[in-house]
Amino acid sequence: MECVFGLVGNDFAIVAADSSAVHSILVHKSNEDKIMILDSHKLIAASGESGDRVQFTEYVQKNVALYQFRNGIPLTTAAAANFTRGELATALRKNPYFVNILLAGYDKETGPSLFYIDYIATLHKVDKGAFGYGSYFSLAMMDRHYKSGMTVEEAIDLVDKCIMEIRSRLVVAPPNFVIKIVDKDGAREYAWRESVKDAAVPSA
Amino acid sequence: MVGKNCFAMASDRRLGVQLQTIATDFQRISKIHDRVFLGLSGLATDAQTLYQRLVFRHKLYQLREERDMKPETFANLVSALLYEKRFGPYFCQPVIAGLGDEDKPFICTMDSIGAKELAKDFVVAGTASESLYGACESMFKEDMEPEELFETVSQALLSSVDRDCLSGWGGHVYVVTPTEVKERILKGRMD
Repeated sequence: MECVFGLVGNDFAIVAADSSAVHSILVHKSNEDKIMILDSHKLIAASGESGDRVQFTEYVQKNVALYQFRNGIPLTTAAAANFTRGELATALRKNPYFVNILLAGYDKETGPSLFYIDYIATLHKVDKGAFGYGSYFSLAMMDRHYKSGMTVEEAIDLVDKCIMEIRSRLVVAPPNFVIKIVDKDGAREYAWRESVKDAAVPSA
Repeated sequence: MVGKNCFAMASDRRLGVQLQTIATDFQRISKIHDRVFLGLSGLATDAQTLYQRLVFRHKLYQLREERDMKPETFANLVSALLYEKRFGPYFCQPVIAGLGDEDKPFICTMDSIGAKELAKDFVVAGTASESLYGACESMFKEDMEPEELFETVSQALLSSVDRDCLSGWGGHVYVVTPTEVKERILKGRMD
């Protein structure tokens, strides 16, 4: 029941993901952050097997950082997407990762971009994408209301429409969502959409 | 499909996961070099992996031989690469088309383990292959000029994919003559 979706706007890309960590019928926590900040101008929103999700996205994050240390310049979004696909494709026939990824990034030369990367390493550059059961609702909403070159306000409005749709129409709908944005000023958390708050955990 | 000193290759544009359509601008046909084109139907991830491996092998060939691969040679390479994975295959059906010596068009298709099927007139692959066989057989004529070939190929593609729920969302047609490559996008039934 994991829902991840994203879209490209005027000069930014936005991704939203649900934040419930579920094991069979039990919800471990409802504020799990499934959108990792890959580097200053890239976001990786992942859904799928939780162990694979964390392991694989951290692996990609560290390798992207290594490239920057070695070469002095950061990878472009397309290059990072192709690297991710390569890793998934190599592992596919040995020990596959069950992680679906939406990679959003902003490059100075080419602007914002969003890449759809399947768990079987299908790579495609898209304007709007979604994974999971929520995709049936969010893709339909985005097909209806999306237009190219949307402003941040219009895009957030569309994201909220999708979240509303998922909450009302998906049988085991996740209660909380996190929204992150990437534009020329970098990748950062934009907002949370919470309808159920977890009890605060006292620090160890 | 083969024409007079030219060939045309067409594909649909849908990228889907079973019943859900993910994208409607997926490129299924790639250029290997100016005179050889490769179309890959089937599992998208294997099509992308296979394409990357083939471009790699062709670039090495270019460095060593200082020339482009002939279409017949390229077809043999694809067949060999696919049979290497005989017991864990790539789930792709390639369609290869090119202009060989003296600008003679060459076309062939393969199954997913590299069994080559050469033809003099047309070859087809994909989920709508049965429909395509029928449409091409009835519309094909010998020695068509590029413009007429384009019309024939487009009509055959659109009418076949309209009968297949997993294909469609437009078409991509490449018409290749010895002097130029024309790429055109078709708008068909978008469903």
